[in-house]
Amino acid sequence: MNIMLLSTIVLVYLFITGYLGFLGYRRTKNATDYMVAGRTVHPYIMALSYGATFISTSAIVGFGGAAAVFGMGILYLTFLNIFMGIFVAFVFFGKRTRMMGLNLNAHTFPELLGKRYDSVFLQGMSGLLIFLFMPIYTAVVLMGGAQFIAEVLQVNYNSALFFFTVIIAIYVIMGGLKGVMYTDAFQGTLMFIGMLLLLVLTYVRLGGVTAAHQKLTDLSSAAVQIFGAKGHTGWTSFPKFGSIYWWELVTTIVLGVGIGVLSQPQLAVRFMTVKSNRELNRAVGVGGVFILMMTGVAFTVGALTNVYFVHHPEFQKISLLAAGKNVEKIIPLYINKAFPQWFTAVFMVTLLAAAMSTLSSQFHTMGTSAGRDVYESWFKGKGNTLIITKVAMLITILISLFLAWGLPAFFEGGTAIIARGTAIFFGLCSAAFLPMFIGALYSKRITKAGALWGFWAGFLSSLLWTLFIHLKESQPLLLCKTLFGKDSLAAGTNWTVVDPLVVSLPLAIVVTIVASRFSRPPGDKHLNQCFKGIE
Amino acid sequence: MLGLGDFWVALVYILCIASALLCLVYGVLNWNRGGEPSPLEIKEGARWKKEEQKIEDKL
Repeated sequence: MNIMLLSTIVLVYLFITGYLGFLGYRRTKNATDYMVAGRTVHPYIMALSYGATFISTSAIVGFGGAAAVFGMGILYLTFLNIFMGIFVAFVFFGKRTRMMGLNLNAHTFPELLGKRYDSVFLQGMSGLLIFLFMPIYTAVVLMGGAQFIAEVLQVNYNSALFFFTVIIAIYVIMGGLKGVMYTDAFQGTLMFIGMLLLLVLTYVRLGGVTAAHQKLTDLSSAAVQIFGAKGHTGWTSFPKFGSIYWWELVTTIVLGVGIGVLSQPQLAVRFMTVKSNRELNRAVGVGGVFILMMTGVAFTVGALTNVYFVHHPEFQKISLLAAGKNVEKIIPLYINKAFPQWFTAVFMVTLLAAAMSTLSSQFHTMGTSAGRDVYESWFKGKGNTLIITKVAMLITILISLFLAWGLPAFFEGGTAIIARGTAIFFGLCSAAFLPMFIGALYSKRITKAGALWGFWAGFLSSLLWTLFIHLKESQPLLLCKTLFGKDSLAAGTNWTVVDPLVVSLPLAIVVTIVASRFSRPPGDKHLNQCFKGIE
Repeated sequence: MLGLGDFWVALVYILCIASALLCLVYGVLNWNRGGEPSPLEIKEGARWKKEEQKIEDKL
């Protein structure tokens, strides 16, 4: 790879990003600007910012690699991403979130929940959950981005990690949500172009849409031979019902991440950034097509890489084996081998943009949670909201940096834990927030007690399942082994591959409803204030 | 269909494109709907601005 060409492209990209961050800083005058971008964001910027935040490098590289193993059945995740993550999220959640946020003068997702249920405690706890657990999700993205820079520019991982973090930190802390969203929109545009090119070039190279799929279908015997025992039936068909692959695909990948998106604090807060429902309506169209181009392309191309590698004279084997059994390396290897240098450079910047757009929002969300939701609400913090939030942001950034640097260095299972960070955070958020979030927007009968009990039931069951049952986390975390002498309490059963969400979300829903049934509903005056203008 | 191996994968391939189209059509059909803030929103917005100003002044 031509380092000069690549460095030039990366530098131009960083310069534009820096300029947009500075623009955000110039246009930030008060706390509302800083936290919800003044509530007057353009729909294109809003939609791309939502999409680019949603899609990180790991969604393209990690899940694209997973598609090379599981096959195109993983496209059910794309379907959920578009249908739940965009259509349902914007049309059924977004409009109400926006209006209720305005009615309650809420600046953050925890503040919206806290004020809706009239509970400062709930606001603080929600903020605390984000503050404590989001750094591990951030560390995943941070590590992915830094590893990638280290590989491409051939520099040391630790220095890449440090400079990468500093660049994002500067424009997030200075520019607030405006800076974050402007850069997101630019990064989102780049991601769109990069992925579109990837799709077109891949189909052209493999002889067209149907021909490419047919070639992959023809390889199914190879897939069955290698993965058949776990239920694989080929890359263009769904795994055998009830098999290990079926459970993994359906519960972890599809449900865990697909449903989890609805109650992600860094995404929900974006609904509060636009002026009217018109902006949300317009954003739906942009967002839907954007997500199709992201995960849809990554998963389709990921699966199709098998055709490329099997027919490649140098490899003549399936993608997983071609990449030395490292799932994360499949997409980068394919890009490097199959495309000219200029495209490799474009794709590198695409991935860098994906990582940075997700990270900037994570930093922003963690900072506002710690500053606004925990410090201000619990400690009745007096002082400048902006300064407190900025300091909180810096602290959370340092924690994430420490995790991305320290976990793999000091702890044997560190990399494995970080690899699960996204799933852990999505699972916790869905179980703890989703029932009460739906209740907040749609039901006048869900009470403060219901919300709190549901929060605890969802949070604790998800955490315990993660620590003691779900093998992918319980094994590297070692807690189960230390206490009970085995990797999972359900060792030897299919429960070890069932995602925490499948258990904790239904439990949280039931607890929320039952506890609400037996407690006093909120007063009419409060409800009228919350639901003003929401029919 | 489309060279894909089974019904479920062919279905999801189409569902992905269909759901993106649904979003697009929804966005286009409602392009100008909900644009004018209701009198209530204007009132809430004004209250919001006033509170914001108060906080700023205090600082």
